[in-house]
Amino acid sequence: MNLALSYQKITKINGRTRMLVFLGAALLFALIFQNNSYVMRVGVLAMLFATLTVSLNLVNGYTGLFSLGHAAFYGIGAYTSALLSLNLNFPFWLSFLSAGVVAMLFGALVSLPAARLRGIYLAIITLAFAEITRLLIINMQWLTHGPFGLPGIPPPSLFGYEVTSDAGVYLISLALLLLTVYVIERIMHARPGYALLAIREDEQAAAASGIKVFLYKILAFAIAAFFAGLAGSVYAHYTRFISHDSFTLNESFAVLSMLVFGGIGSTPGAILGAFLLTAIPEVFRFAADYRMVIYGVVLTLVILFRPQGILGKSSLALTGAPRAKPERKSRGTA
Amino acid sequence: MELLRFVSVTRRFGGLIALQNLSFSVHEGEIVGMIGPNGAGKSTVFNVMMGVYPATDGKVAFLNEDITRKETADIVQRGIGRTFQTTRLFKNLTVLDNVRIGLHTRAHTSVLDAIFHTPRARHERESMQVESHRLLALSGLGQMAGHNAGSLPYGDQRRLEITRALAAQPKLLLLDEPAAGMNRVESEALGSFMGKLRDQGQTILLIEHDMKLVMRLCDRIIVLNYGQKIAEGTPDEIQRHPKVIEAYLGEELDDVAA
Repeated sequence: MNLALSYQKITKINGRTRMLVFLGAALLFALIFQNNSYVMRVGVLAMLFATLTVSLNLVNGYTGLFSLGHAAFYGIGAYTSALLSLNLNFPFWLSFLSAGVVAMLFGALVSLPAARLRGIYLAIITLAFAEITRLLIINMQWLTHGPFGLPGIPPPSLFGYEVTSDAGVYLISLALLLLTVYVIERIMHARPGYALLAIREDEQAAAASGIKVFLYKILAFAIAAFFAGLAGSVYAHYTRFISHDSFTLNESFAVLSMLVFGGIGSTPGAILGAFLLTAIPEVFRFAADYRMVIYGVVLTLVILFRPQGILGKSSLALTGAPRAKPERKSRGTA
Repeated sequence: MELLRFVSVTRRFGGLIALQNLSFSVHEGEIVGMIGPNGAGKSTVFNVMMGVYPATDGKVAFLNEDITRKETADIVQRGIGRTFQTTRLFKNLTVLDNVRIGLHTRAHTSVLDAIFHTPRARHERESMQVESHRLLALSGLGQMAGHNAGSLPYGDQRRLEITRALAAQPKLLLLDEPAAGMNRVESEALGSFMGKLRDQGQTILLIEHDMKLVMRLCDRIIVLNYGQKIAEGTPDEIQRHPKVIEAYLGEELDDVAA
């Protein structure tokens, strides 16, 4: 009961305050651990995965489409950025933006067939797209060096400074996450966001309200892919080496797990899910081979006892509703 | 002024002819009823009109413009709004959000407006909020604004669906069995709500089985049977029409309406 009350209080705090608190905590974290390159490295990954999860939530959570291939856009972004920097000597910021734009174009392209499909069919077509992308990366050796990957990617540089420290990249990826959250939240609290929610709730009724369903689905895919591409770019310039291994279905499933774990349809939930599921295998490193078992058990427990995810709302309403108490859903309805 | 015109519209589903050579028109300010036994093709008329599936043959015109092959959203934009036979509310969203989505065609905030929080986005956010509350107050759902649409009593859900359709200020409103499943009190309330709409000059095409409601409200009635129009006229004429009486298996419409 107490827990339910405090949960409600938390959700009442307005978005700006929440974002400032988050920024403060993230900066404090960087200040404390700035010289611990292992912790910072996990921090960067957490930020990048959070960016992926928040952007996937736009498609899977808000628009109600079941996309399974988000890592493909992450990979496309990473390769675009790396190749432009290596072959054409693009400065980081330009490679970074191009990564977003190219990923966005691919997002729009995939959505053309995908937006006509629903449920499991949509899942399969996005899955197939991710697999095709991975295979193309392996086989287009003239461009991608195939299975050997791309070494020697320059580190990110901003205003003439090369950012080589882990803490520096941590700050860049934090900024990227904040940008992603800002843009998506702005969209969701305006007319286009309402259109997406309407599509999730009932496509026919959305169309009968004058919403161009097909167009908005493409839009959701394109925007989500854009931010995944940006995350891919940061990843490429951070690790300085990329190969197809980093953009497999495993990554797609990991991002989806994070979203479901944190709460599908909730941006704070998406961030929390990404942070926790990135941290858990690291925190339990002492458990050696058992740490992935722990990961699985935690994930299962959440799905079992809180099918809507940790911060997922039983009601997905935008406008604050006077809720008496969080609805208790029967188990296994997720 | 003529709003809507069906010209020899035929719709086939495989071997089944759902609509056959159907022609009729609806004029501004009218309330036109569409009745007929189950499976007569009434809902098909709505779906063909809204572009849910296109006519196999024939033409649909709205305000003298051919809309036969247009997409649903384009047709809504031109001024036709509808409700569904079984309510299709955005159940996990609040009553207020349902109406705000109904305002979609009247607003212009694009994705870029939203991201850059332009004056248009800010202004529309305010004005749409105010407009939604105004519409809810008009339909008597003001108290429910913050509730989830799915949690409303049945009668209120139907009323919300009509309110959502009205939010777009349609020139022509299609109501698909609005009184279905309602008790006497609820359907009386619905009747007076529609009376109010008529007084405001709202044009309505109404599919309904509740004969009392149809006879009371409609200026003109079209009767369908097996996808064909078998009669058209004022409520008085329809109640005495031999073909109509036959289609309703000999039931006296006076009895049905009583």
